[in-house]
Amino acid sequence: MKALLKFREIWLAAAIVVLIALISTRFPAFADPGNLAQVFNDTSILMILALGQMVVILTRSIDLSMASNLCFTGMVVAMLNAAHPAIPIPLLIVIALAVGLVLGAINGLLVWRLNIPSIVVTLGTLTIYRGATFVLSGGAWVNADKMSPDFIGFQRAAFLGIPVLSWIAILVIALFFVVMTRTALGRSIYAIGVNPTASVYAGIDVGRTKFIVFCISGMIGGLAGYLWISRYVIASVEVANGYELNIIAACVIGGISIAGGIGSVGGAVLGALFLGIISNALPVINISPFWQMAISGSAIILAVVLNARGERQQGRIILRKAEAA
Amino acid sequence: MTDTPAPRHIPDRLDKPLSSAIFSWEALLVVVAVAIFAINSFASPYFLDAYSLSDLTFNFTEKGLIAFAMALLIISGEIDLSVAAIIALASTMMGMAVQAGADTPVLVAIGIVVGLGCGAFNGLLVTRLGLPSIVVTIGTMSLFRGIAFIILGDQAYKGYPESFAFLGQGYVWWVVSFELVLFLIAAVAYWFLLHRTSFGRRVFATGNNPVAAQFSGVRVGRIKFILFCLTGLMAGIASVLITSRLGSTRPSIAQGYELEVITMVVLGGVSILGGSGSIVGVVLAAFIMGLVTFGLGLLNVPGIVMSIFIGLLLIFVIALPIIWRRLRGNS
Repeated sequence: MKALLKFREIWLAAAIVVLIALISTRFPAFADPGNLAQVFNDTSILMILALGQMVVILTRSIDLSMASNLCFTGMVVAMLNAAHPAIPIPLLIVIALAVGLVLGAINGLLVWRLNIPSIVVTLGTLTIYRGATFVLSGGAWVNADKMSPDFIGFQRAAFLGIPVLSWIAILVIALFFVVMTRTALGRSIYAIGVNPTASVYAGIDVGRTKFIVFCISGMIGGLAGYLWISRYVIASVEVANGYELNIIAACVIGGISIAGGIGSVGGAVLGALFLGIISNALPVINISPFWQMAISGSAIILAVVLNARGERQQGRIILRKAEAA
Repeated sequence: MTDTPAPRHIPDRLDKPLSSAIFSWEALLVVVAVAIFAINSFASPYFLDAYSLSDLTFNFTEKGLIAFAMALLIISGEIDLSVAAIIALASTMMGMAVQAGADTPVLVAIGIVVGLGCGAFNGLLVTRLGLPSIVVTIGTMSLFRGIAFIILGDQAYKGYPESFAFLGQGYVWWVVSFELVLFLIAAVAYWFLLHRTSFGRRVFATGNNPVAAQFSGVRVGRIKFILFCLTGLMAGIASVLITSRLGSTRPSIAQGYELEVITMVVLGGVSILGGSGSIVGVVLAAFIMGLVTFGLGLLNVPGIVMSIFIGLLLIFVIALPIIWRRLRGNS
């Protein structure tokens, strides 16, 4: 039991259960399985994005350009769909993944080949990708009436009683779980985060692995681009503005250490769910949506404080020993 | 910070930007600034006009004021993503005070105190609990702006007194704005603080190696706490100026400023990994960003497209010394 309680995921899952229980005292229908499935569906995009961000953060990097990538890719597929409604949706999704991959690869190349810190690279591409969206669209919006019914309907279609969007999220979660726990790539990603120098000696190509990680987060951003646009049925330059920090917040609440090396697929999913439940529940229990930011901000701070022990820098521990001696 | 020094197979770091490669980072920035200035004056006949040049300063003074304190904070190895949210919260508090009939001195005091308070809150969380600042300030960013949203909802506060308008709109001497004077005074003050005092040396020491600094008698925690307070204070001052310039408060005020301030600092040659940087570089970077946005504005380039240029400039300037060193190394 003690060993079980050590896992952050269990604490987080418990916190989510308590949260749902609290909400259902005010609004009993919230805990209804149908509604919970709805909340999962609403949170799917954030979960997918958080997983993409997680692999980047695990390698001690960060990708601030994900939301801009989402915006750009979303605009590309929306414009393609408006101009050529005949393009089948699976092909559009492949295009979205490819466009996202290219944007991610640009980040990755700059980090790998020029060795610029990722926070600087993605701070630059954050503004570049969003600006590029404006150049591409000329500032125009793509509205719902220009999108084909398939484009909008695909992710809403139910398969075995669950919307396709939820299935995509489940598929992505499963894929990440396998990669992170069962492949050499997953082990390399953790190794780099724990100790980059030792990883080099162990034969891991740190630069190349970081490149791959940015390609992954880029593809995830692209996939989320299609999903976001077809869900909210409007493509504009403003789409997901500032959302990069929500994605990082979901990771942080999920126990992924910003210092790298610590975190799990389950944590990222639960972190995103936690934020998703808060944003879904507030209107339901008659709390003004204006409270949402303050509540999620407090949740982030609380999560970090609770997680503080694992995050403390080693230098301080050495110091405390030295002081005690 | 999230990025650590790269492992051995990649020896280059951004600590010593150009000194060993081409010439100093500041000299490079001067060249970039002169180039953009020349392009601007060719591109638009209205550019070389005293009034338009003074308008130009409003493009960077407010963010530049925060950038000075942020530069020290980043040199010490921390970061503050909540500065824009502090502006929103301080502006909201000033708006509430105006509704209650407060006058200009009270409003300025409120801006400063709220900014300082928010900075101290960040500093306490980071130093007392030993939390990573990037995460803490993502949290307080939502928290501070969230409080502004709770108070304001979808409303705006207006009705600021006329004397208050001088701070963000007034001119001290002909075309020299009050904001520019503040910017220059702050530049000198921060230059002195960072490069001429023992406090400044301790800031560098903290960023270079916090453990060694602690053993050398530097109170690392206290230094960082002071720097968070300073950053909050500057955000509070910026809030007074922005609120005065706009004459109204909305909860969405200054959205996205945090990234622009950090871009300014990094463009100024401050290593995002901590330990190196100069105030002269930040002043030049602020001026360059002002030139770019103003010049493109004269050419009717929309703001979102300007951001492409800022982003490209950031990556290009940072990459330049690295590419240069590679080329020299190969020949």
